[in-house]
Amino acid sequence: MPTVLILGASSDMAIAISEKFASEKYNIQLAARNSKRLEAFQSDLAIKYDSKVSLHEFNALQFDTHPGFFEQLYVKPDVTVCVFGYLGDNEKGINDWAETQKIIHTNFTGAVSILNIAAAYYRTQQAGVIAGISSVAGERGRQSNFLYGSAKAGFTAYLSGLRNYLFRYKVHVVSVQPGFVYTKMTEQLSLPPLLTATPQQVADIVYNAVIKKKNVVYVKWFWRYIMLIIKLIPEFMFKKMKL
Amino acid sequence: MKTWIANWGNYPKMESDVRYFTFKEQLEELMKSPEPFIPRGNGRCYGDASLANTTVSTLHFNRILSFDVAQGLFECQSGLTLDKILEVIVPKGWFLPVTPGTKFITVGGAVGSDVHGKNHHVDGSFSNHIIEMDVMLADGALLTCSPIHYPDLFEATCGGMGLTGMITRIKFRLKKIETSYVNQKQLKAKNLEDLIRLFEEYKSFTYSMAWIDCLAKGEQFGRGILIVGEHAKTGELNLKQAKKPLMVSGKPKITFPFNLPSWVLNTLTVRIFNFLYYGKNFKPKIENVVPYEPFFYPLDAILHWNRGYGKKGFVQYQFVLPLSSKEGLIRILKRISAEGLGSFLAVLKVFGHQQSMISFPQEGYTLALDFPVRKGLFPFLDELDTIVLKYGGRLYMSKDARMKPEVLFKGYPQIEEFRSIVKKYNPTGKLSSIQSHRLLLTGN
Repeated sequence: MPTVLILGASSDMAIAISEKFASEKYNIQLAARNSKRLEAFQSDLAIKYDSKVSLHEFNALQFDTHPGFFEQLYVKPDVTVCVFGYLGDNEKGINDWAETQKIIHTNFTGAVSILNIAAAYYRTQQAGVIAGISSVAGERGRQSNFLYGSAKAGFTAYLSGLRNYLFRYKVHVVSVQPGFVYTKMTEQLSLPPLLTATPQQVADIVYNAVIKKKNVVYVKWFWRYIMLIIKLIPEFMFKKMKL
Repeated sequence: MKTWIANWGNYPKMESDVRYFTFKEQLEELMKSPEPFIPRGNGRCYGDASLANTTVSTLHFNRILSFDVAQGLFECQSGLTLDKILEVIVPKGWFLPVTPGTKFITVGGAVGSDVHGKNHHVDGSFSNHIIEMDVMLADGALLTCSPIHYPDLFEATCGGMGLTGMITRIKFRLKKIETSYVNQKQLKAKNLEDLIRLFEEYKSFTYSMAWIDCLAKGEQFGRGILIVGEHAKTGELNLKQAKKPLMVSGKPKITFPFNLPSWVLNTLTVRIFNFLYYGKNFKPKIENVVPYEPFFYPLDAILHWNRGYGKKGFVQYQFVLPLSSKEGLIRILKRISAEGLGSFLAVLKVFGHQQSMISFPQEGYTLALDFPVRKGLFPFLDELDTIVLKYGGRLYMSKDARMKPEVLFKGYPQIEEFRSIVKKYNPTGKLSSIQSHRLLLTGN
């Protein structure tokens, strides 16, 4: 049975992605902070799908622990999915460097740090898939969340470059661009139902993209076109808009 | 953020802030927040038992914790629904010890309502099969309770409509099955007398219930169909069934697409339905082996069947009367027939003996009827309440949306004890619903 590593396994999206892979006969490595609290989820997947599920302590912000973390994985994963992210508070972040750093380091630096390590391993293996969950927020900076958006923009560019770099080593990289998703992160927001995906929809799309080696996938599909239009708005107009 | 919610009867509807939790720490935070709330599972009780300004949904707290395949012990979080449990346990040769007529309820809800099934006269209600459970109290403390540990908390939580605390973990015993099929018999009863005689005659069967035509008059008064069954043994399956003896039954195929206009349901259409339903069994006795799905969950095949009652919704009225009060049952059925308020689904069952504080079942006849909400319905139901109380019966809180507090207080002899236990574990009414306020179970 192949193995998938889920980085940032506590989120609703990560839980749905893990469940999808388990239902497709993958063994699952769940990596998160305070991984002990994922025990219920571990037993659940193991009982429902007969897969081997292991828990691993992982902190995206402690970059120096990342090499050791990957090293200690007894079975190296065939697929690595990087799910963690931090929306943060844009307004707070502007006046609070610690908040800004947390946003940038979680969404960008931490992701680059751990994926560099996975990429190096897959390169030597000449096999493997990396999937990164970025965000449509990274496609154009907006006043409401440009700290998060700019960090995700960096992550999107990183994934695109990494895909290019690893292609000749037979390693595939998927960029996932969700729009709105119903999760704990967005529970108190009123989201337009038509534009909002469930974590299960994200999970299905991530799984299919990994299996079919897609490059850039949107959840839901029309976000590709929404973002295309948003990117086409001339800057002199865009700067006056309230988005 | 407020959203409109309602339970299965679509009556009443209200705006509620629905909160979710995945981890215990998140629930602890919700417990320590100032707003009162009521725990809510899949919203399959009928009335207002899980409605409040703030509701805390268990649906994201739905993980299986352990499954001992050799002993048939199952342990899970409270938000897991029975359909998901069946998918896991049936292929391993186990079944739910007790199941209500829908599999789309959570285990937490099964305990909070202390649900019963077609096997109540043999196996009791759901709480009889619980080994232990964890309940988070209003102050955030987590207690493990069972009939031995914190028995007061245990008893008041089984059937206690979520008022003692939030159930987080439940460990219960499963029932061993050889196959996932049911060997069923359907027996036509010409009238109520005949139906009650058949119940008596077939009481050794593990599962039994009857559909009853509450509009029939004269000699046919109380006619119906008794359905009894046993889990089928391997040798009873036909060749095709025997290939997959532990098959999980299929997914629902039909969805009721919209609310039916409320005029569609009237005495005439119910009469026609009843005529066809009763008439479809030509023979007085039918015997066959069927998958568990159509036997236990015939209505789950149609998603959102509740829309058939129109957007005003409906009330399910379920009462139980002691075995000695057959006269009361006749009076109520006659009253319904006279009022012309027939119900598509009138279900009669005989409960066995049960000793519990606040759970609904007690030895006797239980009848469940659906009534679309319309003018004059509530005074009529108040009238039925009087008859139920007069004959020593009571109503089921999980179905209720309208009873007066005195009806509850007179029907449940241990109600004061229940109230004092709720007061002990939930002193400030942190856990409360619009039902608990109406029935004076929380607050002053």
